[in-house]
Amino acid sequence: MSPFLQVDNLTRHYQGVKAVDGISFAIERGRCFGLLGPNGAGKTTTVEMLEGINEPTSGTILYQGRPLGRRFRDEAGIMFQTTALQDYITVHETLKMFQQMYPRTIPLPDLIESCSLGEFLDRDTRKLSGGQRQRLLLAIALVNDPEVIFLDEPTTGLDPQARRNFWELVQRIKQQGKSIVLTTHYMEEAYRLCDDIIIMDHGQIIAQGTPDALLAKHFAEVVLQLPAADFPASCPELEMQVSGDLVEILSSDLNHTIRRLIELKVSLAGLRIRQHTLEDLFLALTGRELRT
Amino acid sequence: MSFRRFLAIMQARNKEFWRDRAALAWNFIFPIMVIGGFAVAFSGDGPDLYKVGITDAEEHQKLHFETIRYIQFIPVSDLSDAIVKVERHQLDMLISPSTRQFWINKSSPAGYLLERLLNGSDEGFRREAVEGEGIRYVDWLISGILAMNLMFSALFGVGFVIVRYRKNGMLKRIKATPVTAFEFITAQVASRLWLLLSVSALVFLCTDLVLDFRMYGSYLDLLIVFALGAICLISLGLLIAARLASEELAGGLLNAISWPMMFLSGVWFSLEGVNPWLVKLAQILPLTHVIDGARAIMIDGAGLMEIMPNLMALVAMTAVFLIIAARTFRWE
Repeated sequence: MSPFLQVDNLTRHYQGVKAVDGISFAIERGRCFGLLGPNGAGKTTTVEMLEGINEPTSGTILYQGRPLGRRFRDEAGIMFQTTALQDYITVHETLKMFQQMYPRTIPLPDLIESCSLGEFLDRDTRKLSGGQRQRLLLAIALVNDPEVIFLDEPTTGLDPQARRNFWELVQRIKQQGKSIVLTTHYMEEAYRLCDDIIIMDHGQIIAQGTPDALLAKHFAEVVLQLPAADFPASCPELEMQVSGDLVEILSSDLNHTIRRLIELKVSLAGLRIRQHTLEDLFLALTGRELRT
Repeated sequence: MSFRRFLAIMQARNKEFWRDRAALAWNFIFPIMVIGGFAVAFSGDGPDLYKVGITDAEEHQKLHFETIRYIQFIPVSDLSDAIVKVERHQLDMLISPSTRQFWINKSSPAGYLLERLLNGSDEGFRREAVEGEGIRYVDWLISGILAMNLMFSALFGVGFVIVRYRKNGMLKRIKATPVTAFEFITAQVASRLWLLLSVSALVFLCTDLVLDFRMYGSYLDLLIVFALGAICLISLGLLIAARLASEELAGGLLNAISWPMMFLSGVWFSLEGVNPWLVKLAQILPLTHVIDGARAIMIDGAGLMEIMPNLMALVAMTAVFLIIAARTFRWE
């Protein structure tokens, strides 16, 4: 059986600039697939080619084994990074307009309920807050009960509370077995939502896998932190370094290290374990901070 | 073509138009103000000049009458046309020196005065009275103003709005749905056509209540001319908007098209007597054909057959505009 979405050797040039430079990957049904990378990495160009909005310079995209076409249009739900809505019509009228464009739709009351639009249903779309607007745009993307949903940097510009609410909505969509393609430059967002990710830079894929596998592959160790005061003068076999009043121990086998610390009668009351994050990974891969 | 999707887009656009109070008010108030202003400004008899049509102007001995100052003598070639002009007060008098006849309108004070002047200077003229109410400047102007409003609303309401939709991403959002370019464009055209005609009808009715326009033709024919004109001008707007993404450039282009049309298509004044080259140029402007057709119906009582050249020109231009617009249209 062919993959849900299959991308082969995809390229997009803009006036000599290779925005996307020969990338290939596959997206499986029912998974949340993340495209990560800094601004200008080629995420949006890639996702717009997947959405059928942007024509590839070369390469192929197959949706359930076939080129993007009529069926894909009916079955895809799309939320762009920026979308203007028609002025002077209300949230409810906007939903109705989009609902009439699709052959198969979910009932509006369900959609309103699931995206929490109830309290501002009759408001002019120009008068929505950032979070309300994103929820409406998500609802528009869901109006045709899509098989696959594209979210292009959906929480950029939202405050932390609105971002967290939005993540909950996406989690609920995932639970319904929908496939999701998400671009983001927030690593926490990718880590919470995505099952598989690719990291892009300069139009190319520089890493791909599940978030945990990627972290495990690039960072063999976790970091254990203990207050220096609780620590004996010498402990053989442990790779450690003192930073201020903390001692940091790098461990590739957490069980072993902790057993060893107990044997040494070190108090674990002040123990903290820090995971490497995707931010660390991006820095390690490119030598650059993500959001520059 | 899905009628349901077409309707969805059209209804949303209609709502946007009716709820945008400022633009809506402008669409009504502007033409009413212009018509009202001109009705007041030209309510007098205008310049102190009597207009007398004269047949065989060169081939007769000069009459004493012709030496009187402040009378403009206008040579006429077609007697029956000229008589109609007397009926409509466009000529105050018509004289035919060869047959010793003159025509005046019974209800025209200028005609009465000119009759006395003629009888005082030359002898033996026979009086032929005609009847008919005058054609005022506003009667002539109304077609022009309605057509001009149609033009601005069609060009800017379709052209400008589509460029704005393209720039702010609205078109991209529609492109991501099953809606086709054809459905989207026809919905825009239908929405604008419907409101252009309702606005024009309302403006006509409101000003007619006060000014009581002369209408010698059929209202249905008038509606047909305006509908064809609206479709043609909307198509021109679509052509401009087919792929522009800059509102400034679109605005400039729309102005560059609409202003010459406003002056060369005879909205405000007749092009009779200006450079023939300009008259020919005016023939390629759609607005010219709308105004000529509408005036012929209202003032001359023409039927559709008589204005067929205007109608055919509008249909042909519409076809050309639409074909080019459809071929060059870009969502982004």
